[in-house]
Amino acid sequence: MKAASSGKVKKAKTDSTGEIWNLRLYVAGQTKKSITAFANLKEICEEHLAGKYRIEVIDLLKNPQLAKGDQIIAIPTLVRKLPEPLKKIIGDLANTERVLVGLDIRNASG
Amino acid sequence: MVKKRHDVDVLEKCPTGIRGLDEITKGGLPRGRPTLICGSAGSGKTLFAMEFLMRGAMEHGEHGVFMTFEETTEDLAKNFISLGFDLHDMESRGLIATDQVRIMRSEIEETGEYDLEGLFIRLGSAIDSIGAKRVVLDTIEALFSELPNATILRAEIRRLFHWLKGRGVTAIVTGESGDKTLTRYGLEEYVADCVILLDFRIVEQISTRRLRIVKYRGSSHGSDEYPFLIDERGISILPITSLGLDYPVSKERISTGVPKLDAMLGGEGFFRGSTILVSGTAGTGKTSLSATFADAACLRGERCLFFAFEESPRQIVRNMGSIGIDLARWVKKGLLKFHSARPSLYGLEMHLVTFHKMIEAFKPQVFVVDPISNLINAGTASEVKSILTRLIDYLKMQKISTFLTDLTHFGGSLERTSEEISSLIDTWLLLRDIELKGERNRGLYILKSRGMHHSNQIHEFLLTNQGINLIDIYTGSGEALTGSARAAQEAEEKASELAHQHEADRKLREQERRKRALEAKIAALRAEFDAESAELHLLTEEERKRKAVLTEDRLELTRLRKGERTAGRQSTPTRRKKGR
Repeated sequence: MKAASSGKVKKAKTDSTGEIWNLRLYVAGQTKKSITAFANLKEICEEHLAGKYRIEVIDLLKNPQLAKGDQIIAIPTLVRKLPEPLKKIIGDLANTERVLVGLDIRNASG
Repeated sequence: MVKKRHDVDVLEKCPTGIRGLDEITKGGLPRGRPTLICGSAGSGKTLFAMEFLMRGAMEHGEHGVFMTFEETTEDLAKNFISLGFDLHDMESRGLIATDQVRIMRSEIEETGEYDLEGLFIRLGSAIDSIGAKRVVLDTIEALFSELPNATILRAEIRRLFHWLKGRGVTAIVTGESGDKTLTRYGLEEYVADCVILLDFRIVEQISTRRLRIVKYRGSSHGSDEYPFLIDERGISILPITSLGLDYPVSKERISTGVPKLDAMLGGEGFFRGSTILVSGTAGTGKTSLSATFADAACLRGERCLFFAFEESPRQIVRNMGSIGIDLARWVKKGLLKFHSARPSLYGLEMHLVTFHKMIEAFKPQVFVVDPISNLINAGTASEVKSILTRLIDYLKMQKISTFLTDLTHFGGSLERTSEEISSLIDTWLLLRDIELKGERNRGLYILKSRGMHHSNQIHEFLLTNQGINLIDIYTGSGEALTGSARAAQEAEEKASELAHQHEADRKLREQERRKRALEAKIAALRAEFDAESAELHLLTEEERKRKAVLTEDRLELTRLRKGERTAGRQSTPTRRKKGR
């Protein structure tokens, strides 16, 4: 079921626009929340955006000046840089439903 | 401006540079700790925070970070410009760093656990970038409406305050007032050290801003509500001066401009730096007296600041011309500066701040307010007193001689003024009407004058075209007379004096005449006597001659009978002669 829907999405996306989903995950060091968030994101992307996503993990402890640009205050924050418009999801992405809504993946698939 | 107080500072303080605040907090905000500034919308929180940063950077060499949650940095820059600070320039010089936190709830989805480490990192990075010692968060409460999870937010804000303390920065956190709480989201729970409340209210169509230190742990502080102002130089909180009674005093005396009044005040006039109050009903010559004092100051080459609340400067200059005081020349020379305003133009504190500002700018030696009563009516008695006390303290610190006039009301007690302010006054002159025999005259007397001998007499106060003159009131025959009654009485006295004089002269002349008469008489008598003596002499002479002649005759006869009895006859008269 899951695999099927994923394939469908993949197909639809590549067919229509061929866009790459550019996602950026802001973390601050290897905290439990950060690791959880990354794992959750990875899983969701594999499931819904397999092959057409790119995840960039930014550790603010290493690059604190980057926090300003994307208006990051909460950690972890997931930013959908592409496709437009910009979207943000804060938290460890534990609730898949909400992540899908937040990233607008459901609409894209529909 | 920051004065070291004598109470022991257990808490290190961070001078804000905001005029007046460092006095009431006795040194500034707690250094290295967060302070909460709360107040309703438009109460000046952002400005307060902004000035704190700017003054820190400009005057105390402490760089600052301004993190704004509501305004854009562009708006912020505009506000800074209104205070005379160029934010962009200061940013480029590395004195100030700004960061605008902008979160749109619409573009945020929340899922799962998170914290605000991002905010901490941003703040930390901004602090490190310029080595900031001061931080402003304006206003962090905005997060409550943007982030749905209040529980996390509260925990994180608590952590933020700890974190700020850990960083050792002096921080200002602003918060909007709630209905019953100091801040809508209870930020005061997290800030335990210092909370300052800004208030903006309109009373009788006059807006007033007030500041109160709600709490200041580990430090004594003024606990009143202090009025404050926002103007082009930022925030000014009254008092701008200290609350102490430790001002310098001067033994130097300055003329009142009226020689006779100087004489009444121990012969030398007022003390420099003292506070003089002249009260009186309308039309008793208060303005004239103050103009005379101002004129005298300018004559000495001193600067005088004249606040006129009833008349325009031109009107005063014109009117004083009529009593021979030329104020226009001093204005031209820059020694005299007028400031006219309607008292109702703005609130009491605004006036007082205007005083302060103008005094600071003009640096006068003499300060005149004509009249101060309208200001007194602008507030409640206690308010006025506390504010005037501070103003007068300030003036004394600056050694500025202050001349206040006070319009008292007909029918009211003349001393009413100013139960409220009388204790602040060093020399108090009273001008009063003396109504007598159908006319009104002005009288002046000294109600009190600290530290000098002064006259207890009421003097008649005359406005002539050569200025003010004081005349001793007629006090003969047991009553005090003024005006034409005095003049009449004096004329009468003069007349009777003259009559006395005439009488005396007449007596003198009579005496003289009698003396002369007597002398004449004496002379006459003497003449008579002389005449008599002369006659007597004559008679004696005649007699002698007659006798001589007689003897001659006898001898002749004898000669003629010569012959026989010559010898005998000769002896006979000899005998007879002998016998005689």
